Amino acid sequence: MPPRPRGAPEPAERRELLSAGDVARTIARMAHQVIEKTSLGASGARPVVLLGIPTRGAPLATRLATRIADFSEVQVPVGTLDVTLYRDDLRRKPTRPLGQTALPPGGIEDALVILVDDVLFSGRTIRAALDALRDVGRPRAVQLAVLVDRGHRELPIRADYVGKNVPTARSEEVHALFTETDGRDAVLLHRTGEGA
Amino acid sequence: MKHLLGTEGLDPATALAILDTADGLKRTLLGREVKKLPTLRGRTVITCFYEDSTRTRVSFEIAGKWMSADVVNVSAGSSSAKKGESLRDTALTLAAAGADCVVVRHPASGAAHRLASWLAHTNTSVVNAGDGTHEHPTQALLDMATLRERLGSVEGRRIAVVGDVLHSRVARSNVHLLTSFGADVVLVAPPTLLPTGVADWPVGSAGSLRVSHHLDAELPTADAVMMLRVQAERMHGGFFPSAREYSIAYGLSEARAAMLPDHAVVLHPGPMLRGMEISAAVADSPRAAITQQVANGVHVRMAVLYHLLAGEEDAA
Repeated sequence: MPPRPRGAPEPAERRELLSAGDVARTIARMAHQVIEKTSLGASGARPVVLLGIPTRGAPLATRLATRIADFSEVQVPVGTLDVTLYRDDLRRKPTRPLGQTALPPGGIEDALVILVDDVLFSGRTIRAALDALRDVGRPRAVQLAVLVDRGHRELPIRADYVGKNVPTARSEEVHALFTETDGRDAVLLHRTGEGA
Repeated sequence: MKHLLGTEGLDPATALAILDTADGLKRTLLGREVKKLPTLRGRTVITCFYEDSTRTRVSFEIAGKWMSADVVNVSAGSSSAKKGESLRDTALTLAAAGADCVVVRHPASGAAHRLASWLAHTNTSVVNAGDGTHEHPTQALLDMATLRERLGSVEGRRIAVVGDVLHSRVARSNVHLLTSFGADVVLVAPPTLLPTGVADWPVGSAGSLRVSHHLDAELPTADAVMMLRVQAERMHGGFFPSAREYSIAYGLSEARAAMLPDHAVVLHPGPMLRGMEISAAVADSPRAAITQQVANGVHVRMAVLYHLLAGEEDAA
């Protein structure tokens, strides 16, 4: 498919919010924010660990770590944290396959853990992640980084680093795509039709 | 999936999902001090055992508890079954009392299926933890999990199932599951301990089933040897002349184990009759995966409970 000219409208039911270039720039900006807010690289700075929430939080965490290393020359350990077994909506949906939890070799004890996810919506995934985190160690503090915040929170949770705020209708869906999982980088907005 | 009654007819994709979940759970809990997940909080699992069991009952109990379900154990000897209550009434009582899942072991083949049919109109799931000489699906799944860990895959592998096939629900469940995953199974037993019509057993399309009476001939090509327990409690009559003779012909001695290829694995569902079915030295050798089977049993049963109880309530 030929690339869509910049600025041309997508079909009404599917709109590109971020292109591949936008995704790269957004991640770079988030990396700078993390470095600044955590004083990474400064003397006496506490250890920072990035934990991606599968599926798409994992590649995002890896990319963020790469950019952080580019800008600050600090290698931040990266892991993944599967929250499936901690969700409170398991009985409302078909059985989910498990993702992978893989903590970096140094663990997360006393580290500043930054949870990384692609889209922040109701906040329930993050609540589950906080529960899961409690079972694998005791971080010094926990922060949250998301590529897109689409609103509609059902819990008092907010992100510390947001790539892009996107006001959405409840009937809409936001999908972040990454080359590692989907073959290309983009953020798409889908209109499902009802109540849009 | 509402019930797990057997491996015959168990869709390979579902079996694979259970095995992958078990693997994921094992990795999730690895190295953790507190092995407890909140996944099944508020769900009630009742284990209802009409036959004695240590490992299966304990394994289900631990699995349920590690998933935060409330687990209640009922054994026939201390239940109303002793007063003459029928299995049907016991099942309906357990469902009415709020059981989300009944794990049943029963000496009668088909008991779990009957139970599932009586509970069809309720939300209660049934797991077959062994019914007579019929099926023991979670044992087959944990054997498969162990073989996957040891051999990578069972596809194209030759698995010898040795001993009392006639009375073995473990053998039946394993034949269905292993052949559906592409293994070539050979049943090795004296003619008296093989069921009639064994050659016509339904077999998964990906693998094959064969029968042999000569253990020594099968060992050099076996990737895994699954020893079975000689079920004396089900034997009403002479199936073999003496324990010693059985041991000489079908026991896995050290000399026999030496005939196996280096990579071959030895499994036993337990409890073992050391010295008769398997020599102590073989049972304790690195080749034996017997304690690994028990450990995998907990994760497999956690995965089964997860697939039965965690999904959408009205999902079939």
